[in-house]
Amino acid sequence: MNAIVDASLAKSFGLNAEEYARVLAIIGRTPSLTELGIFSVMWSEHCSYKSSRVWLRELPTSAPWVIHGPGENAGVVDIGDGLAAIFKMESHNHPSFIEPYQGAATGVGGILRDVFTMGARPVANLNALRFGRPENPVTKRVVDGVVRGIGGYGNCVGVPTVGGEVNFHPAYDGNPLVNAMTVGIAHTDKIFLSAAAGVGNPVVYVGSRTGRDGIHGATMASAEFDADSDAKRPTVQVGDPFTEKLLIEACLELMATDAIIAIQDMGAAGLTSSSVEMAGKGEVGIELDLDSCPQRETGMTAYEMMLSESQERMLMVLRPDRQDLARKIFEKWELDFAVIGHLTDTGRIVIKHQGRTEADIPLAPLADQAPLYRRPYTEPVLPASLGETTDPLGLKDGLLKLIACPDLCSRAWITDQYDSTVGGQTVKRPGAADAAVVRIEGSTRALALTTDCTPRYCAADPRSGGAQAVAEAWRNLTAVGARPLAVTDNLNFGNPEKPEIMGQFVAAIQGMAEACRALDFPVVSGNVSLYNETQGTGILPTPAIGGLGVLDDAADAVGIAPSAGDTLILIGITLGHLGQSLWLREILGQEAGAPPPVDLVAERQTGDFIRAAIRNADVSACHDISDGGVLVAVAEMVLAGSVGAVLNPGPADIAPHAFWFGEDQARYLVATGNPTALRRAAGAAGLPARVLGRAEKSGLTLPNGVTISEAALREAHTCFFRDWMTT
Amino acid sequence: MKAAIVIFPGTNRERDVAIALKNATGNQPAMVWHGETSLPGTDLVVLPGGFSHGDYLRCGAMAAQSPIMPAIRRFAAQGGHILGICNGFQILTEAGLLPGALLRNAGLRFISRDCHLRVERADTAFTRHYQRGQVFRAPMAHGDGNYFAEPEIVSMLEGEGRIAFRYATPDGKVDPAANPNGSVASIAGIFSANLRVLGLMPHPENLVDPLMGGTDGKPLFDGLTEALAA
Repeated sequence: MNAIVDASLAKSFGLNAEEYARVLAIIGRTPSLTELGIFSVMWSEHCSYKSSRVWLRELPTSAPWVIHGPGENAGVVDIGDGLAAIFKMESHNHPSFIEPYQGAATGVGGILRDVFTMGARPVANLNALRFGRPENPVTKRVVDGVVRGIGGYGNCVGVPTVGGEVNFHPAYDGNPLVNAMTVGIAHTDKIFLSAAAGVGNPVVYVGSRTGRDGIHGATMASAEFDADSDAKRPTVQVGDPFTEKLLIEACLELMATDAIIAIQDMGAAGLTSSSVEMAGKGEVGIELDLDSCPQRETGMTAYEMMLSESQERMLMVLRPDRQDLARKIFEKWELDFAVIGHLTDTGRIVIKHQGRTEADIPLAPLADQAPLYRRPYTEPVLPASLGETTDPLGLKDGLLKLIACPDLCSRAWITDQYDSTVGGQTVKRPGAADAAVVRIEGSTRALALTTDCTPRYCAADPRSGGAQAVAEAWRNLTAVGARPLAVTDNLNFGNPEKPEIMGQFVAAIQGMAEACRALDFPVVSGNVSLYNETQGTGILPTPAIGGLGVLDDAADAVGIAPSAGDTLILIGITLGHLGQSLWLREILGQEAGAPPPVDLVAERQTGDFIRAAIRNADVSACHDISDGGVLVAVAEMVLAGSVGAVLNPGPADIAPHAFWFGEDQARYLVATGNPTALRRAAGAAGLPARVLGRAEKSGLTLPNGVTISEAALREAHTCFFRDWMTT
Repeated sequence: MKAAIVIFPGTNRERDVAIALKNATGNQPAMVWHGETSLPGTDLVVLPGGFSHGDYLRCGAMAAQSPIMPAIRRFAAQGGHILGICNGFQILTEAGLLPGALLRNAGLRFISRDCHLRVERADTAFTRHYQRGQVFRAPMAHGDGNYFAEPEIVSMLEGEGRIAFRYATPDGKVDPAANPNGSVASIAGIFSANLRVLGLMPHPENLVDPLMGGTDGKPLFDGLTEALAA
């Protein structure tokens, strides 16, 4: 590649004129192609967070149990007994639309590396997926490819995929979202960071060889899609979960020694970002000799090697006297191990290749002078609140239609393709509880894990929607009996250069921040994915929340399945809010009104009550009320328990459809064998506790006396994926 | 009982089966790297689940050529007990220690959910803590578990009583609706001629603790522990 480096080439690399001028000022001459490549990826939206950084600072990130917040490869929280949970969520949206299988698979691989690079054994994967309308011809292919990709990678590396969420909406037709989350466990005194140290120490490359795949992937992830997106397929990387598995085992084996000074995975922008970040954080210099870089192809240039996003690679700084020990471990696992450079005291990154200096850049300005934009934004326009509605279908048909719709139907078709039991610690599998519960091997403790966001609420009112996403994650952790500890977020939005999109982003962050503060639920890691637009149409604002909580005793975890004879009690205030509800969308065909208000004081009070009730063993099953409202929650519970229920009439002052399908927040549906004690406790806590009915052996009898058989209910709940995927 | 678990590159259920064995025996099993050429003194060899060598050629095909395999063949020839689960079953068929092959699931998708297994004989070291005809639940997690063998091999297995488990309904009916992956004769697991080598696709080791949803898999490990007690 003999391109002439100038402002127009820089523009094609994603650097605008002002940014290119800044590059010239920093290095004082025309950059080489490799240097331009390094600047363009480090200053891409994906790596520099140039549009989002000023706003991310508004999120609360600390708590007594937070060991490392944002800024490391993943967030780290203390979970007691000398153990830490390390976790993060990251998007692979753009690659997953171009090539669904590999896009999703490498998304899983990338987030796994972010976690094990810090010294944790990955113990659980989750995901948050958004797809276009099922009627859109490409959606089926994308869903199938993404699900196969997540399974293909996660199953092979042997990390259970235990939870996630899936939505369908036309706004994702040309821009699906694939957000992958990994959780790992480490000892609090054995956490590995990326800051390099020790001038002269060797810089070691391990893992797969470098090829020409994924060159400029980070830049692609920072631009909108156009009709030529298919031509970008070569920028999608190819995953090799087998090598990842070997890399996990080799790294963990090496991490048990004292050989590693610093370690960083090669993620977006590969060798460039890992070497720049390690040296930059350590305030040292770094010199790499690319002749030593393991290569999969011949004739690769420095530019190609520095920009490649080949997967399953790590960069480490080792103690020189432990180099041989480290080499033996990687040779045992049949992985490449190469010393490709050393640390210097120059504060510069110097790249040599075939006797030539291909890049020589001062590290401090590369980081400090990265662009930072306070982009103009407009306040979101909020919809008028919804007026009176009338119910054209009645409860029975409304329920059957709702539980069959793509957003509410059974996810078993998807989760049955993910290995959720490998590791032998999965206490609550997908669908069994509001959050996945995974015991910590060798301990009685367990992690509770969930991913949540309600994009239609965020579109209607980004601030309240951002708060709701956090509150729902907190509620789902609470509903299994866990103490919510911290959040990882994945902020998926459209083009931030449009003031209305930036306005959504700002408001959503403000709502999230409020909820995180009110619930003591800090954000410890995350990822921002902007430019989720195709041909000018943006996605719904989707700030996906990954929540992590802890149970001191895994045996205390409750699921959503009641036993016949249990009393069903609704805890929390019901007003019958139908604005932006799924009932409104699926039955009346409207996406209208304000989303349900989020009262964080009520949220906290109700959740704290539920957690205490679970600890007191007053609860045999618990399910938070969310999409579809109370009646959908009842249906999900009886299906999970293979039981039935007989329901009492709702209150006289709320229309039946509003009571049973409204989506008021801060509510839980509890099954209990001890209703008297539970109601008394709720009364003492000042919380409404309404007896909805009783779980029975079979059949769901609605308050109007109509009974739906278990078979009819199950058929409605499971038919969508089965029928869609076999046509 | 002493047990040794063989680890190939890409094995991923070794810790699961180690937990099940330790629960049953009270001892930590030995972990043996595939690059070794001899086994430690042991009563049971376990080939656990996973994706040895990434399943990149054919599931189990490369692992069957590992340096440890001659020692495993000798162990089998001397009447040793071998348990191959999932990828371990695939390796045993590729190594010729069990007949047949495991093909892609009939539905061409990975399947991860509980299945029900009917115990076809209870007079072996592996199944002695079950009753003949008993049905137990076991998680399955595989993409290539569709057992296939030529009709005469299947007849031989039937005739010699070498079918260990069949996929069944919860009340013990063997029918196509209860066969998750298309296996011939609903076969989920088979024995060697001397009944000392067992290969099966589902994962009894993932159901040995009530907290994880049940203990249906525990009798297999308890039975082995009793049968192979020194």
